[in-house]
Amino acid sequence: MKNNKLKILTNGIIKENPILVLILGTCPFLAVTTQASNAIGMGAAVTFVLLCSNVMISLLRKVISDKVRIPCYIVVIASFVTLVQMIVKAYLPALDVALGLYLPLIVVNCIILGRAEMFANKNNPLDSALDAIGMGVGYTLAMLAMASIREIFGAGTWFGLPVPVLKDNNISIMTMAPGGFAIFGILIAIINKASNGKAIKKKDFSCEGCPSAAACNGQNCAEKREAAAK
Amino acid sequence: MIDFKGLLAIVMAAVLVNNYVLSQFLGICPFLGVSKKLDQAAGMSVAVIFVMLLATAVTYPIQYYVLGEDLKYLQTIVFILVIAALVQLVEIVLKKYIPALHASLGVYLPLITTNCAVLGVCISNVDNYMEAPTFGPGFVQAMFNSLGSGLGFLLAMVLFSGVRSRVDKCKCPECFKGMPITLISAAIVSVSFMGFAGVVENLLGG
Repeated sequence: MKNNKLKILTNGIIKENPILVLILGTCPFLAVTTQASNAIGMGAAVTFVLLCSNVMISLLRKVISDKVRIPCYIVVIASFVTLVQMIVKAYLPALDVALGLYLPLIVVNCIILGRAEMFANKNNPLDSALDAIGMGVGYTLAMLAMASIREIFGAGTWFGLPVPVLKDNNISIMTMAPGGFAIFGILIAIINKASNGKAIKKKDFSCEGCPSAAACNGQNCAEKREAAAK
Repeated sequence: MIDFKGLLAIVMAAVLVNNYVLSQFLGICPFLGVSKKLDQAAGMSVAVIFVMLLATAVTYPIQYYVLGEDLKYLQTIVFILVIAALVQLVEIVLKKYIPALHASLGVYLPLITTNCAVLGVCISNVDNYMEAPTFGPGFVQAMFNSLGSGLGFLLAMVLFSGVRSRVDKCKCPECFKGMPITLISAAIVSVSFMGFAGVVENLLGG
């Protein structure tokens, strides 16, 4: 039993890392990883929202009718995002400026809605909380790894501290948009190589990889496929 | 009078310089997911333009007349619900009255609710163009910004679907197949858009 709980917790960190394996929530992942400190801030914000919304949705799972569950989840998630926005604005104004638009956009982050749909509405609050912590930590670690690479090589600093040689030889394109895409691609390729292609099973985009799979249950893709066949 | 040059500059800047997908990282999920075929990419983009315009036309007045400064903290929750409801409504209306359009755009509409580009454009419009005493000019600018952002999304999607159809046929190392090579090609497309920095200021004199 105890082992099972541990499994739920570690699932999100390695085996089903939301970013590097499931490839969910890529927008903020690419946008705010120019500095390691922003990555930590964003990761913490997402983890907090994920934890609160997972527990809340798990508690409400027998109350919410199946037909209106998606709007209900969105309201719950949006409330917690608003809470985070207020806290960040009040206590960490610098982070608020750095994250900008991406802070309110946590509400449409597919990881959160995805976990609500895939995990929290089927499991008890304790398991949902563990799942949320695992996923949140996995997300934060992936963000930190990506941001460290981009900040060290792109700006020659790490958490704002200068790195000896690289400070004078920085590759500034790494902190710009193209660098984000390229490094993300290389990171996934490395994980593919390291796990002999086992980690990322879906080479293609299926419903699993689709951010809206949670909301559409494959309905739209099926319709789309039929339309394509015609 | 209406400042056409300013409006043109807003559209051009949104399409080329601040392209939502390639330089601001909004709407990456559909960009990577639905860009495999040209017709799907174009269909999705047209649906996005449509919803962006509609969402701005609804959320901007809501912010101006209902939320204001006092209830600004409700912005996120109100906007996302309004957009979600709006998309549902549009789908129902299209299904009933314009079935042909529904057949081509309908499948993409539910996907757009969770598209961060739509919520992003609504929030940034309100942040950037709202000037407290008057409603009109800011609203027009916001609508043009939405149009530009949507067109930028269309441009990025269509360009990238062309790139992808070639990339998918090429040989590449096993571990790069699928997602990684797609991201690397996105990086190269994004480099080409960096070349547009400063173009709009120089063309239209800021």
